[in-house]
Amino acid sequence: MITGAGGDEIEVYQALPEGDGPFPGVVVIHHLPGFDRATKEIARRFATMGYSTAMPNLYWREAPGAAPDDAAATARAAGGVPDERLVGDVRGVADYLRALPNANGKVGAIGYCSGGRQAFLSGVEAGVDAAVDCYGAFVTGVRPEGHPLNVVPLTDRVAELACPLLGLFGADDKYPSPEHVAELEELLTEHGKIFEIHSYPDAGHAFFAVDRPSYRVAAANDGWQRISTFFGTYLGQ
Amino acid sequence: MCTYRTELVSLAASSGKGADGWFSVTDATVYFDHPVHAPVDHSLNIDFRNPAGGPSARVAVELSEESARALVAAIQATLDAGNGH
Repeated sequence: MITGAGGDEIEVYQALPEGDGPFPGVVVIHHLPGFDRATKEIARRFATMGYSTAMPNLYWREAPGAAPDDAAATARAAGGVPDERLVGDVRGVADYLRALPNANGKVGAIGYCSGGRQAFLSGVEAGVDAAVDCYGAFVTGVRPEGHPLNVVPLTDRVAELACPLLGLFGADDKYPSPEHVAELEELLTEHGKIFEIHSYPDAGHAFFAVDRPSYRVAAANDGWQRISTFFGTYLGQ
Repeated sequence: MCTYRTELVSLAASSGKGADGWFSVTDATVYFDHPVHAPVDHSLNIDFRNPAGGPSARVAVELSEESARALVAAIQATLDAGNGH
């Protein structure tokens, strides 16, 4: 448990590298389906890469102790995670990682699906040193009519992005579409941000998800390499 | 695609059976998105829920689009046939 937004204690899954360090930190932001086994496996992979890694359970308040799929259903019905709360939770986890005795003081954030947008938002507001957006919808683009979730595009926040950004997308995705990705690239360029964007052909949404039909091994392998290089550059591993 | 597309429906006088037996279901969440288990990229998902019973008071189904459409037709046909019984 760590202290998140509003001083709330929330559940965190952590995976730590062996050795004395110093180690950079990574906050993993889970996808809309929640704090599940597949995302915990991703957290463990970052630990094997030499990052002290922690993933907050963003649905802890609505569904403490619930099965991840039940918690995700509850969160969806409630309209999703408010942005302000997300930022506070990520900031709390980043502070926790920076305070580890073997920390090097740098912390990045990475998120998948809804977490991709939230990783971008963390780069704006949560004080992280690098952010990776994996196919997050509604960083740019327009929210559809009648949209029930608390998700608004962050187009007007791009100027405030305060760290380097890596964006990894599938060219066959519709949310975010290639047009949404192009809009993001234009805005990042316009505002002079440090960024890299890669859009993979023959891949759609969730191409990193090894337990889903959307998995695309070539895109995922290249994406992992890009992440390793990016975090290595900006977090010092 | 992660559609986030979600419809919420209030239910009355309805029940579902979950891991702990039967319970009243008061809400349904209907959405087309990535499934947890069904072997398709996107599925039509329905959560029959009773929020007062906590997150686990849920009966969930994930249907392929073709199956969901067949189910809609079957429900409609059954209700039409049964109306005025």
